[in-house]
Amino acid sequence: MSSLHPSPDLNALQRGPTGSRATRVLGVITLVFMVATLYMALVGSPPDEVQQDVVRLLYIHVPTAWVAMYLSFGVATLASALYLIPRTRADFWDSVAAASVEIGVLFLGLTLAVGSIWARATWGVWWTWDARLTTTAILFVVYLGYLAIRNLSDPGPSRAKRCAVVAILNSLNVPLVHLSVELWRTVHQKPTILRRDFNPTISGSMSATIALSVVAFTLLFAWLLIHRFRLAWIEREAAQRGLAEAITSRRAEADALPETLEVLS
Amino acid sequence: MSFDEKLAEGSAKAPGSSETVDFRASIVLATARKDLRSELRAGVFVSQILPFALLVLILFAFALDPDRGVLRRVSPGLIWVTVLFSALLAARRSRGIETESGAEDVLSLLAVDFKGVFVGKVLAMWIELCVLVAALLVGAVVFYEADFSGFWLLGVSGLLASAGLAACSVVYSVLAGGVRGGESLLPVLLLPVAVPILLGATRSWEAGIGGYQGEGWASVLLLGIFALINWVAGAYAYAALVEES
Repeated sequence: MSSLHPSPDLNALQRGPTGSRATRVLGVITLVFMVATLYMALVGSPPDEVQQDVVRLLYIHVPTAWVAMYLSFGVATLASALYLIPRTRADFWDSVAAASVEIGVLFLGLTLAVGSIWARATWGVWWTWDARLTTTAILFVVYLGYLAIRNLSDPGPSRAKRCAVVAILNSLNVPLVHLSVELWRTVHQKPTILRRDFNPTISGSMSATIALSVVAFTLLFAWLLIHRFRLAWIEREAAQRGLAEAITSRRAEADALPETLEVLS
Repeated sequence: MSFDEKLAEGSAKAPGSSETVDFRASIVLATARKDLRSELRAGVFVSQILPFALLVLILFAFALDPDRGVLRRVSPGLIWVTVLFSALLAARRSRGIETESGAEDVLSLLAVDFKGVFVGKVLAMWIELCVLVAALLVGAVVFYEADFSGFWLLGVSGLLASAGLAACSVVYSVLAGGVRGGESLLPVLLLPVAVPILLGATRSWEAGIGGYQGEGWASVLLLGIFALINWVAGAYAYAALVEES
C-alpha cells in the first residue's frame, strides 16, 4: 500500500507489512528524534535542583500526556465529528478515530504509569487522590469504554455511529482534566507549557529537551497512526470480501439446487 | 388525546408534503408522562430500585462500623454513590420501556423528533432520581444520624446533580443497549462519566454539613455546567443513536 487514500489493496495482507516508502522515511526520522530525546533526557540536560534525576521521568511523562490527551483524543474527536456529519461521512474517518483512540489509550496508560513512578520518588506514594490524577484515571477508563463498545459491536455503520458519539462525549472530559489543577486544590503542579499567558515556566536545556521529546513523540504518534489505520482498513476489507464470497457461494448453491433435486428424483 | 395520537399529530409528515409540524413540547411532556405512568403501573421503581438503594445504604453501615461516627462524616459520599448505583437500574428500566414491543420503531416510522423524546425521558428519570435522593436523605438521617443543614445548597445541588445524572444515564443506556453484553457494559460506561457529578454533589453536601457553604456553591456551578452540557450533547447523541438503530 502506498498511500492513505481509502482504496486499499487486499493483497497487502499477503505482503505482510503495512509500511510504504513514506512511512519508512517517517520511521527513520522518528527514530532519530527518539535517540536524540534519550540522549538529551539522560545526558544532555542537568538534574533538577529539587527533584534531582527524577526530573528525567518528565521527559516521557509530558510528551505521552500530550500525545494521549491532546493529539490522539483530539484527532479521534475530529474524525468522529466528520463521520457524524452526513456530507463528510466515510468509513475512513471511523477507522482513523478507532486507530487514534487505541494509541491514545496506550499513551495515557504510559502517562499514568510514569507519573506514578515519579510520584513514588517525589511524594512518597504511588497514587494520591489528587484532582489531576483522578480525572486522568477517569479519562483512561472512559476511553477503555470506547474500545469495549467497539470490540463488542458488530462492524458496520451502526457501530461506527455509536463509537463516534462515544468519542465526542468522552472528549468533553479532556478540558476537565486540563483545568483540574486550576479548578481544585491539587498537589499536581500547574500547567508548565500550555499556559494561558503563553509563557512557559521552564527554560534552558530542560525546555529544549521537553520540546524535543514532544516532537519525537508526535512523530511516533503519526507513524503508529498510519500503520494502525492501514491495518484496520485491511481488516475491514477482508471482512467485506469474506462476506461477499459467502454470499456468492450461497447463491451458487441455490442455483445448483434444481439440478440436485432433479438428480435425486 | 392519547399519547399515540399526540405523537402522530405532532410530527407525522403529510403525504406529498415536506412540511413537518413541530410539537416538540408536547412530545417532551407526552414521553415524560408515558415513562412515569409506565413506572407507576409496573412498580419497578417502588418495588425494586428504591429498596435496592436503601439496602445499599444499610450495607454501607455494616461495612463501615456504625459506632465510630464514620458514617455520619461520609454520609454525603455514601448517598451519592448509592444514587449512582441505583441510576444504573433506572437507566436499564428507562431503556426497556422504549425497546419493549418495538415502540421505538413505531416512533421512527412516525418521524418523531427524538431530541424531544430524549428530553421527555430525562425529565421522567430526573423526577425519579429526585425522589430517590430524598428517600436516601431520610435514610441517612435515620440510619447514620446524619445532620444535614443548608437547605438551599442541598436542594439546588441535589436537583442539578440528578439532572446531569439522568441525562447521562439515558444516553449511555442507549449506547450500551445495542452492544453484545450491553447490560454489564453499562456500569463501565456510565460510572466513570458520572464521576464529576459524584464529586460535585458530595463536595457541595459536605460543605452544607460543614457550614462552609461558599465552597459548596462553587461545586453547584460545576454541577450546573455539567448538567447543561449533558442535556444538550445528550439530546443530539440520543437522536443520532436511535435514528441509526
